[in-house]
Amino acid sequence: MKKLITLFMVAVMVMPVAANAAGGGAKLLDAPIDMSDKESLRRGAKAFADYCYSCHAASFMRFNRIAKDLEMSEDEVREMMIHTRGKKGDPTKIGELMRVSMTDDYAKEIFGTKVPDLSLTARARGADWVYTYLRSFYADPYRPTGFNNTVFPDVGMPHVLWSLQGIQEPVYETVTHGDHEVEQMTGFRMAQEGTLSSTEYDVFLGDLTAFMVYLAEPAQLQRSSLGWKVLLFLVVFFVFAYALKKEYWKDVH
Amino acid sequence: MNSMIKWVDDRFPLMKMWNEHLAEYYAPKNFNFWYFFGSLALLVLVIQIVSGIFLTMHYKPDGQLAFASVEYIMRDVPYGWLIRYIHSTGATAFFIVVYLHMLRGLMYGSYKQPRELIWLFGMFIYLALMAEAFMGYLLPWGQMSYWGAQVIISLFGAIPVIGDDLTLWIRGDFVIGDATLNRFFALHVIALPLVLIFLIVAHILALHEVGSNNPDGVEIKKNKDANGIPLDGIPFHPYYTVKDIVGVVVFLFFFSVVVFYFPEGGGYFLEHANFIASDPLKTPEHIAPVWYFTPFYAILRAVPDKLLGVGAMFAAIGLLFFMPWIDRCKVESVRYRSSIYKINLTVFIISFVVLGWLAMQPATPTLTLLSQVFSFLYFGFFVVLFITSKNEATKPVPDRVTS
Repeated sequence: MKKLITLFMVAVMVMPVAANAAGGGAKLLDAPIDMSDKESLRRGAKAFADYCYSCHAASFMRFNRIAKDLEMSEDEVREMMIHTRGKKGDPTKIGELMRVSMTDDYAKEIFGTKVPDLSLTARARGADWVYTYLRSFYADPYRPTGFNNTVFPDVGMPHVLWSLQGIQEPVYETVTHGDHEVEQMTGFRMAQEGTLSSTEYDVFLGDLTAFMVYLAEPAQLQRSSLGWKVLLFLVVFFVFAYALKKEYWKDVH
Repeated sequence: MNSMIKWVDDRFPLMKMWNEHLAEYYAPKNFNFWYFFGSLALLVLVIQIVSGIFLTMHYKPDGQLAFASVEYIMRDVPYGWLIRYIHSTGATAFFIVVYLHMLRGLMYGSYKQPRELIWLFGMFIYLALMAEAFMGYLLPWGQMSYWGAQVIISLFGAIPVIGDDLTLWIRGDFVIGDATLNRFFALHVIALPLVLIFLIVAHILALHEVGSNNPDGVEIKKNKDANGIPLDGIPFHPYYTVKDIVGVVVFLFFFSVVVFYFPEGGGYFLEHANFIASDPLKTPEHIAPVWYFTPFYAILRAVPDKLLGVGAMFAAIGLLFFMPWIDRCKVESVRYRSSIYKINLTVFIISFVVLGWLAMQPATPTLTLLSQVFSFLYFGFFVVLFITSKNEATKPVPDRVTS
């Protein structure tokens, strides 16, 4: 019986490893994010407000939730994010959802597609995807925006961060596959420097990615802080429960 | 206090029930690790019902509103995220606990005479639980909810003659839509929980009628003292209640680790694509069912013909119902059975786990071949068992339980 249990355990433990080995696809970089770094999250919020939020909505999120979770005053958040007015002309309220004024029809006319809501993008695609995607725009004269992306080929979104990152051009190398030669994209070359160095740009993207991960699940900041208290309680409870069981079972032979 | 109990007892069998099911229900004293999962399954049921009640207070079963209402729960309802993760983790926990509970039954022959009905009620509970989980998974109305349901419901279309009409009847529409969501909600929150509770009551009543089996497969009622109390039996309360509390605490520890630190379970408990709102026009690249259905899904995919595949999938579950009659060996516990049975059961468990993994991978020719091999082994378990169990070389079973 012991052997059977051991075999079962081994099978269960090997499973995830094998699952990782089987999953292929585009190679994603590790996103350099630290969810406990509030300063980084605030910088990410600023980046999101400046570069994403004019077209992309985050319509499951409320402005004041950001203020509360990222330890900012409501005025700071208002200053940073709210530039719109309601139907009656009064400024958008801090408790409202992060909607945008761009309509789907207008977006289709300009970008050829709807602009996706970013509330849950980091959760659906993963932090590494968001980070790598934002790093992987390259100059492509055949695209209407002048840019293409290796993570999301023929994406409709223009490279809004080009002034920060600069302009990357693809590097091609000829690779031999059996008996025919193929031109293959092997990397990027910086054709025009941006206002940020490549290290600074990575930090910028790290902050932005961290904010989007937060945006996808604001509760994660509370989750970990409540979690250890619950676990600690259970450990203490276990000691008493075990002692009680021992006491009762003394007379069972 | 006593006069109050007497007042009730004159009108309702309170103490009688308490004694029959707890204080004077004699359970074998040699229960091991595997005997925690029955009471844990009951605990998870309660967790699911309570967290489910709170979810229904905020959830909107409407094709236009469902997805957003789940995010509303996650963000705007105080501790809504906790309730939702408890419920989603509870679904996974339910299946882990039930699978281990069923494995216990297989190991110690707990389905054998006179416990056939306990096993049958248990199998119906498992069936109802699968339906409950499947319908619950549609409710978040994400891409995997939508397309997973699309795939499963379309399976019924493989049935000759009535197939198409049947799928239309299940969906209530030509595609999965608002009508489907509404009826799945009704079934998930009312109909199936009622069925589950009814079956669980029957399962426990049947168990308490014949008494619990144990790791030795020895009938404790054969050795009674002068008062008619089994010599190897101890009252369920307080002995097993205090023991089960320890199990509950350990279970809740692991449960909380998932709820607070790994609620997505690496994409296995909450699939990543389910954080994208359902879109009938966009099929996800890779549709995988949630982990607890995957072994049967792998069997479905292993068979090239759709109708035969559906048949194989249902047979994989259906055969388990007949375990009391497929296994003709008189010895109950694996401890005293032949190595053929031990190997056979081990291969069965490995096949189940490997099939579960295979269904989560994209179908490549190699993996499909593997699914076929392990499906063959899965069904082989029942065939080998039926043939070998009649005249199995068993070891002598002790008269009394070993501790």
